[in-house]
Amino acid sequence: MSLQEAAVLGRVDETPRPLKRPKARRGNWGVAVYSVVILLILLIPIIYTIVFSFNVPARTNSTWRGFSFDNWLNIFADQRVVAAFVTSIGIGLLATLAAAALGTAIAIALVRFRFRFRTGLTILLFLPMATPEVVIGSGLGSQFLNIGVDKGLATIIIAHIMFCISFVVITVRARVASLDPAIEEAGRDLYASPAQVWWRITFPLLLPGIVSAALLSFALSFDDFIITAFVRGSTETFPTYIYTAAVRAIPAQANVFASVIFLLAIVVVVAQQLTAAARRRRLAREGG
Amino acid sequence: MAGALDDSGADLELVGITKRFPGFTAIENLNLTIPAGSFFALLGPSGCGKTTTLRLVAGLETPTAGRILIGGKDVTDSKPHQRPVNTVFQSYALFPHMTVLRNVAFGLYRRGVPDPLGLAHEALRLVELDHLAGRRPAQLSGGQQQRVALARAIVNKPALLLLDEPLGALDLKLRRQMQLELKSIQDDVGLTFLHVTHDQEEAMTMADTVAVMNKGEIEQMGAPEELYELPKTTFVANFLGQSNLFTGPVVSSTATSIVVDIAGTKLEVPRERAQRHAGVVTIGVRPEKLTLLTEKPKAASGVNVLGPGTVTDVSFSGVSTQYLVEMPGVGTVTVFAQNMVFGPVVNRGSEVWVSWAVGHGFGLADEEGVSPRFAPDDDTRSIAQQRRASLEAELDA
Repeated sequence: MSLQEAAVLGRVDETPRPLKRPKARRGNWGVAVYSVVILLILLIPIIYTIVFSFNVPARTNSTWRGFSFDNWLNIFADQRVVAAFVTSIGIGLLATLAAAALGTAIAIALVRFRFRFRTGLTILLFLPMATPEVVIGSGLGSQFLNIGVDKGLATIIIAHIMFCISFVVITVRARVASLDPAIEEAGRDLYASPAQVWWRITFPLLLPGIVSAALLSFALSFDDFIITAFVRGSTETFPTYIYTAAVRAIPAQANVFASVIFLLAIVVVVAQQLTAAARRRRLAREGG
Repeated sequence: MAGALDDSGADLELVGITKRFPGFTAIENLNLTIPAGSFFALLGPSGCGKTTTLRLVAGLETPTAGRILIGGKDVTDSKPHQRPVNTVFQSYALFPHMTVLRNVAFGLYRRGVPDPLGLAHEALRLVELDHLAGRRPAQLSGGQQQRVALARAIVNKPALLLLDEPLGALDLKLRRQMQLELKSIQDDVGLTFLHVTHDQEEAMTMADTVAVMNKGEIEQMGAPEELYELPKTTFVANFLGQSNLFTGPVVSSTATSIVVDIAGTKLEVPRERAQRHAGVVTIGVRPEKLTLLTEKPKAASGVNVLGPGTVTDVSFSGVSTQYLVEMPGVGTVTVFAQNMVFGPVVNRGSEVWVSWAVGHGFGLADEEGVSPRFAPDDDTRSIAQQRRASLEAELDA
């Protein structure tokens, strides 16, 4: 999933860049060829998806009939694709918001306070990451059935919040741990109320961590098929729609949406890299 | 909000303060009054409870027992942001996401003071950093960050300014320079400064009054010269500079002095400079008060003589030379001699006597049984205590 890569790539630029890089030498041909082959293998499915979004529309989209912009121009033609896409975006946003808020609070509690069941909570948070998705999915599905909750949008969101929280806690916890508690104490000392300390000091300082956690959460939620399949009832998300459609014929608009997301992710990563580079240059100039 | 902020600072009064952490007691029944407008230093080894005292005053910790009064007002139960107190933290704790100017103006904005940016610029001019107002803290050097932290605190004109080892992270030269600057800023703004440090030289250079803290209690308090010239306990005698200490029984005493028998040698100490006048006492003298002699001097009144002994070590330190003299039955005596001539006066292995004016000696209050030699075990012990406390807290979880 490309957004997932975006979230991961976004964090790479936080590590300091070495000033001098070793020069590539002749004799590294093997490495170059190997890299190109791996990249091609990784990119072929994506390229395929993009290329076939320009296919001449027909009942199926499995054979190449010729180049056309029809699918891109009629992006909203297939109502089912649009509906599934909108549903997934909505679920992703809500689940991300809730998971980011809850996960940040848990991360702060884990780093800053010693309390009963602290170790237990840590293990509990790691469990969803270690447990196979089918197990979580089927477990959740039968639990919802047992307590008589109607499966649908709400159950999907609850399930997504559940597995996203773990990733948020782990990402934000590192950020909290690196935050000097004296900085918040300085805020309290300088007449800031607890709420002001949070909004003016703690939150802005944790924000980069929360943002990368949110990007990751959104990617995971948008992408999720297995757990969603167990708890969705009759609600169609983008992945479940594609899955069911694949049995018959995937509309070419699905390729268009996939391509849009991919390009969006690339734009986000490139923009992030460029602003980070600009900030580094500015710091270097002013700091000298 | 912070009450009326007095330009000349306010008294700080600690009444019977006790602070217990799980596993150990940091402060035991501490009573302390710091008069308004003074520069007061709390001096002690790490783990002696001085930083805890500071945090209690700032409101970052709550005392287990006792009251804290600032300017006569009880602030024990008020939150940090409600106290007319500001702190310069050891790590500076500047807000990394704000410019230097915003850092300094932070407290003013919170209190709704008119023209916060103008006042912030003024405070930055005081620490000579106004030209860097637009920078982020990460772009400043350690010394500059320290001055921003200072400006951020004094701009609020607090009744009491707390300094938590603010110069600890600076190198020696910068530290000396900042000590002088801090002192002159205190003269300018006239606030009450409470300075916590483990550096005795820093405490003595800057403060009007120094309180030496050990194991959660104040051992001795007074002007720096007084503490140095007339220490009352072994801890103070050794923590503030170096001392030669001798323990022995009082063999005779007159109206003006007492005489102590140290391994057969009679040493005299003025009565008013001795804390105890009978039984086994510990007396001492500072190494720079000693004179090295290569011949046995004639007995004279008003002078103590110890010797002969053997010089075991000579080390040159620029201004002075330090000699270690092994005195049979007494122990090692340290002598600082000013370098008035080129090269050392005596060499290793020489036989020497040491002498000093009776008026330079002092007698300590420590009871017998307490090791007269200073063993700097406080650090490791307190670290062990803290380790234990954190371990217990971990196990509780």
